[in-house]
Amino acid sequence: MTQEQKASPEQATIVLHSGDMDKVYSALIVANGALAMGMEASIYFTFWGLQRLEKGGLEKGPLSKMHLFGLGKWMIKQRMKKSNVAKLERLMNDFKTLGGRIIACEMTMDIMGIDADDLRQDWIDEYGAVGTYVQEARKSEITLFI
Amino acid sequence: MAEIKIDIRGETCPVPLVETRKAVRHAEVGDIIEVTGTHPTSRKEIPMAVEALSLTLLSNEGTDTEWVIRIRR
Repeated sequence: MTQEQKASPEQATIVLHSGDMDKVYSALIVANGALAMGMEASIYFTFWGLQRLEKGGLEKGPLSKMHLFGLGKWMIKQRMKKSNVAKLERLMNDFKTLGGRIIACEMTMDIMGIDADDLRQDWIDEYGAVGTYVQEARKSEITLFI
Repeated sequence: MAEIKIDIRGETCPVPLVETRKAVRHAEVGDIIEVTGTHPTSRKEIPMAVEALSLTLLSNEGTDTEWVIRIRR
């Protein structure tokens, strides 16, 4: 029986707390890898991570190290382009195509004054809080906090 | 039975795995998916995905930097 036919496939649940570009890459790469290898995957966007769900915000994060007021990020982006690394937009679209789920943290929306209208609602499957995360994480084989 | 060919030469992690998975989703049971790529690690990892998805690896030919993997759904 294939993973697809199983009643409850294995699951990866990721909390994306950081809005740093490199960490958003890590989250989407791991999540896409999990989906590609037959798992289900969810990403909880919270705190700084949630800002990446704002319209036009996905690629806007700084580098977690050596950002250098944008110079470091520019250099890394040049290197990524040379190595033909996929853009975050493509990884996000693949994630959604393969059935990945995006949960936006409601409390962060309150704290940061972000309305649902500010967010890419076409990506978001659910608006949730910690209970939603715990219920998914407790049945997940992989959980990560990024 | 159809044969689906995907060309992911030049693509790097995680695109080869993702594109292979997308092709498998489009395939019917019994269809063959032929993946052509150049990313060395994916040559090892696509067979891992094939096993995880309980598919059949028909062949894995070429070199680490230019390979063709055939899969049956």
